[in-house]
Amino acid sequence: MLGRTASNLFWLSRYIERAENIARLTEVGYRISMTPDTGSGHREDWKSTLIAAGCLDSFMKRHQTITAEKVQNFLLFDPENPSSVRCCLETARNNGRAVRTGLTREMWEALNSTWIEFAGIKPGTLDSGKLPDFLDWIRQRSNMFRGALLGTLLRDEGYFFAQLGAFVERADNTARILDVKYYVLLPSHEMIGGGLDVYQWETILRSVSAHRSYRHVYKDSYKPWNVAEFLILRPEMPRSLRFSYDWIERSLNGLKSINPAGEQARRQCAVVLADLQNNSMDTIFQNGLHEFLSQFMQRNNQISASVASEYYFQ
Amino acid sequence: MVLKSTEARSPAIFDEMLTTDHAARRPYEAVAEWLATQTRGSIKKKQEEADAIFRRLGITFAVYGEGGSNERLIPFDLIPRVLSAKEWRSLERGIEQRVRALNAFLYDIYHRQDIVRAGRIPAEMINQNEAFLPEMIGFDPPRNVYAHIIGTDIVRTGENEFFVLEDNLRTPSGVSYMMENREAMMHLFPELFSAHRVRPVEHYPELLRQTLESVAPANCKSDPTIAVLTPGIYNSAYFEHSFLADQMGVELVQGSDLFIQDGALYMRTTKGKDRVDVIYRRVDDAYLDPLSFDPHSMLGVPGLFDLYRAGGVTIVNAPGTGIADDKAIYAYVPDIIEFYTGEKPILKNVPTYRCSLDSERSYVLDHLSELVVKEVHGSGGYGMLIGPAATKRELAEFRKRIEARPGNYIAQPTLALSTCPAATAAGFAPRHVDLRPFVLLGDKIRLTPGGLTRVALKKGSLVVNSSQGGGTKDTWVLED
Repeated sequence: MLGRTASNLFWLSRYIERAENIARLTEVGYRISMTPDTGSGHREDWKSTLIAAGCLDSFMKRHQTITAEKVQNFLLFDPENPSSVRCCLETARNNGRAVRTGLTREMWEALNSTWIEFAGIKPGTLDSGKLPDFLDWIRQRSNMFRGALLGTLLRDEGYFFAQLGAFVERADNTARILDVKYYVLLPSHEMIGGGLDVYQWETILRSVSAHRSYRHVYKDSYKPWNVAEFLILRPEMPRSLRFSYDWIERSLNGLKSINPAGEQARRQCAVVLADLQNNSMDTIFQNGLHEFLSQFMQRNNQISASVASEYYFQ
Repeated sequence: MVLKSTEARSPAIFDEMLTTDHAARRPYEAVAEWLATQTRGSIKKKQEEADAIFRRLGITFAVYGEGGSNERLIPFDLIPRVLSAKEWRSLERGIEQRVRALNAFLYDIYHRQDIVRAGRIPAEMINQNEAFLPEMIGFDPPRNVYAHIIGTDIVRTGENEFFVLEDNLRTPSGVSYMMENREAMMHLFPELFSAHRVRPVEHYPELLRQTLESVAPANCKSDPTIAVLTPGIYNSAYFEHSFLADQMGVELVQGSDLFIQDGALYMRTTKGKDRVDVIYRRVDDAYLDPLSFDPHSMLGVPGLFDLYRAGGVTIVNAPGTGIADDKAIYAYVPDIIEFYTGEKPILKNVPTYRCSLDSERSYVLDHLSELVVKEVHGSGGYGMLIGPAATKRELAEFRKRIEARPGNYIAQPTLALSTCPAATAAGFAPRHVDLRPFVLLGDKIRLTPGGLTRVALKKGSLVVNSSQGGGTKDTWVLED
């Protein structure tokens, strides 16, 4: 497989995952702004959303103030924001166009029709009543793409690169969401546990569509300790760091059976995975949740870079 | 059976479906019957369905001059164009003869130039032609084949009157439309295919692959590795490049994916590198190799041409084939056929006036309003004058251009191109068509029955190019 093709598959899958995550973050922000003012004002919540989406700096370069409308527009439609849903879908589609031979027809049709429909939407026509449906639609399209990938793509190199891209992005996204609000998850908070905190914990779970599955797993009200464990260590939670790394490992090993390269990425992955398998929340809290998450995101980036260099991405 | 057409027809124009008495001609009988059962509504619905299919598949082309990424659909007309087995047999023989002669011509002009020595073509027509590539002199490409993939543009003016309008020996495109049109038609109108015996076209990629494998360099010991070289996603024919690579099961590469090392061509893969033996390039000669040709090209591979000459890789089509489809050379093709095959041409040329010759130029200037004038190196319907449709100002403008650079122009009589019915907003109406069959030449000739029919969808228009509002039709060759 061409290095350029591998790179394109890795990134197009990453961009689709990112589009879905941005849609989910926007939805959470939208929900918050529907609920009664929590004292600190919605501006802080939208700011958290921007941080979680990794684009606070680029937003502040273009706008003086944070308003719901500006943030939504920036996250969904802004062609200057490389992480906007618009840019993600367009880049994914262009990458797909460049590697048509590496995609199945179903995958291509999912990418292409999503972009065509999205490009036909005028941002101004989306009043806030229509926003939830639109955000749902974005998630559905991402699911459609992933369904086409899982259901039709040959399990060869291309499949593993696409899976790597998706899970590296997902791990980054979940870690970022946790890091933005890490202070409300600290054990000291549990003692307080006011209404505001419960609401913050729910927000975190909603950002990864886990507010209902939480109850199935813990059969308990929201507890910060559990919320952190759920999103970091639980292997059955499909957006947790542990789950993402199980898949990154699986994908790297799948690649190894085809292509002997990738030694460094596999070594780095083993370190991260061992950490997630052997650590308890106790140790993580003791050593500092924020420190843990920062190191995780850094290592996650390193693995992405190793994959790119060891498999000759262009 | 009588079929209504919404527009009056000129008796001087041959309609391929209907006789002047409005009866369906033989090959079209079943199509005409089927058409008579269709309503405007049912056709419109199918038309929308067809557009949705093409758009979803991403079959678009970019229009030059509108920014590289401007993608459009080529309009697809639902009514098939039908050729009988007998008509096709005669076309087939004519095309094969022509293609073999043009290849023999290419070999000759890059070697001894016997045709010049024999006085059949003036030396300056070859040696001073911009499309002549001196770098190719004395080089023997594998199997002595220069043009492996050829699109021969054919027009019709009567029952048995076929003319070759031009030969395309550089990087002819359109074959993906031939295949996708068939795919769409079979999806939309399965009942039509059970009522006819239409010869299939879907094996074209297999034939292309066999052709490419058959011209691998002599030093290629194992199964040759083929790659399709594209200028990238912003090229107007990018869809076709990826389509063909996919259908053949080979890599689609860009210049940046390729490099030369120790006398071989490689592509950059996830394992480091992979050798490439045959390059089906859809990049023009000038951009193939910045070391040999345009030094600013980012699309090609430095050193590719030298490697080709050293027998390390086969470039398909060979560089320098453009001389054989040059519009100034076109006028000599009947002589070329006679010279190399000893036979009379089976397919006729359109009579062509060369503005470089004084006598022919004065005829052209006297009859400008009756003629079609073309630039010698132009393509795609750009830079062309259609005399009968031109305004006085356009005529005066072209007169000046011809007088300033006579060698740059040829002229041909305006042919009464045949028509086929097309679905228009107002119902069925006759529209002018041409035909581009695709010929493959390697260890042998492989010709796919039919080809791409292009149709001028504007009423009265003779220009079928997609860049000028032309559309396409599925083309059927019937079994006996």
